[in-house]
Amino acid sequence: MNALIPLPVILPLVAAALCIVFARLRIVQRVITLTVLAVDVTANCILLARVDDDGIAVTQAGGVRLPVGITLVVDRFAAIMLVVSSLMLFAVLIYAIGQGDVERRYAAFHPVYMVLAAGVSASFVTGDLFNLFVAFEMMLMASYVLLTLGGRPDQVRSGMSYVVISLVASTFFIVALAMIYGATGTVNMAELAERMPEVSPGVRTGFSLLLIGVFGIKAGLFPLFFWLPDSYPTAPFAITAVFAGLLTKVGVYAIIRTQTLLFPIDARQGTLLLVAAGLTMVVGVFGALSQDDIKRMLSFHIVSHIGYMIMGLALFTLAGVAGAVFYTVHHIVVKTALFLVAGLVERRGGTGRLSHLGGMMHTAPMIALLFALPALSIAGLPPFSGFVGKFALVDAGIAAHQWGIVVVSLAVSLLTMYVMVRIWSDVFWGAAPDDGTPAATLATTRSIAPLMWVSTAVVVLFTVGLMIFAGPLYDFSERAAADLLDPAYYVSAVVGGRP
Amino acid sequence: MSVLLAFLAAFLFGTGTYLLLQRRLSRVIVGLGLIGHGANVLLVTSGGAGGISPIIGKGDPNDFSDPLPQALVLTSIVITFGVTAFLLALGFRSWRLTHDDVVEDDLEDRYVATHMEDRPVGEGEDAERALAEEEDRA
Repeated sequence: MNALIPLPVILPLVAAALCIVFARLRIVQRVITLTVLAVDVTANCILLARVDDDGIAVTQAGGVRLPVGITLVVDRFAAIMLVVSSLMLFAVLIYAIGQGDVERRYAAFHPVYMVLAAGVSASFVTGDLFNLFVAFEMMLMASYVLLTLGGRPDQVRSGMSYVVISLVASTFFIVALAMIYGATGTVNMAELAERMPEVSPGVRTGFSLLLIGVFGIKAGLFPLFFWLPDSYPTAPFAITAVFAGLLTKVGVYAIIRTQTLLFPIDARQGTLLLVAAGLTMVVGVFGALSQDDIKRMLSFHIVSHIGYMIMGLALFTLAGVAGAVFYTVHHIVVKTALFLVAGLVERRGGTGRLSHLGGMMHTAPMIALLFALPALSIAGLPPFSGFVGKFALVDAGIAAHQWGIVVVSLAVSLLTMYVMVRIWSDVFWGAAPDDGTPAATLATTRSIAPLMWVSTAVVVLFTVGLMIFAGPLYDFSERAAADLLDPAYYVSAVVGGRP
Repeated sequence: MSVLLAFLAAFLFGTGTYLLLQRRLSRVIVGLGLIGHGANVLLVTSGGAGGISPIIGKGDPNDFSDPLPQALVLTSIVITFGVTAFLLALGFRSWRLTHDDVVEDDLEDRYVATHMEDRPVGEGEDAERALAEEEDRA
């Protein structure tokens, strides 16, 4: 069973190489990538079941033992993230194949998509801080290419700012790694957890802040999120869906992992993270309110919900971290669904601008339904999973006596609902734009391929599935949170034998 | 860590940051390169004082220099090299499109900020055109 651990990393890399070999045969590329991602999903599900039954799964890359080798660790949190991310990658790949455009025109799409999949999986699976850096870089490099595939002026401009900011973040990561290695003599996470208490408290806090800064840039935490609404909207819809669903969550995963595992209680930045989470929620939703383009609105919206996940972590209680884990899983699925539906809207309506859309309730009732379900979920209406997640977080906040963040999160929830209602009323209600306005002449409606319908419907079905299975998922999140808040368990699984 | 290397890293970071905040893209790229070099210098120095080559049989293991940061630095140099190459290709593409070296503003952002009441006439390039026309008129 431990052989399953490196599979989500190795298979996509091999597939990327094969896709480059068959660069001229799009059909072969599609077969390779779809097969590999399907195998990935299956393997990750098996791994999830096994980790839930037996506990943490550990293996050493190449069989090289500690302290020299690289450890690959899958605990419950990593396992659920692997399953959800591979499912989303699979669904969005089908959507991209249906959409045509970049996937059909550029032979580089499939290999680079596979490298992205490998990078995301590697960052969930790794137990070594420098390997996390390498995984991040794999993922980022693929995202640079996918973002600028097409070479339009707006893509090049936003791609440049995205690359520059990511490179600066990577440099900070190297600096943090250099300092950590200099202070403790290791980059393995389990060994760091053992040695961190011996480092002096000021230096420990410095490391904690530095790592939050690095991963906060990636996750989109206040005040480091300004690159996100700038660069995400210029990519094709399928790519933005993958970025929105996965890349920011890898940053959130890294924050949760390093804060709970590496640092003892006094170095965990609870208050700072609470303040940052609150500000992130507020600024994100206000940014979303002022936009006119559906993609930019949803991009600001991502930022707002990152605040919820960090809020759960910042409470550092079992209920809080469980809420954060549940909310992360829920948000990956729902955000991907929303972006895929937005792609359908743009196809049918011809434009992404809210001021030039309208009346889609009558022209495309199916799209209205597919939008309504994830939108209600993300706004937090019962019985959807968004309600369960927000209720869990608010409950945890009240139990920890953090009234400020509870009030902020409830207010932002209302504003989130307002954002969704605004999209709904602008796009689906009202009259369709008539033929006199310049918009109608500029708009180019295109037909929606069946594959796009299928994949969007499947992802929306997942959101409904999350609603139905919210109970078991929350129980699982509690078990995952119990693992996270007990670093001794992780360390003993990696360094010593199993307890 | 020797004081000289510490000052070197600080100098590289400082110059790199100054260049990073420039308007011209070529300077931004050079600045990024310098920042990357500064980080790599830090990574090398994290291994402690130097020593003889860490090859088994060459001498007393206590005199070896630490091989792990050297391996980490190699990885980091290669990654920075790849990303810089990509950034240069992007910069060249930008030059081909605009025949200029300047880092551009986010026009959609400025449009949203200045025109909350009026709606823009189209998307992407049209917003640019609309904004440019208004600026010419003003």
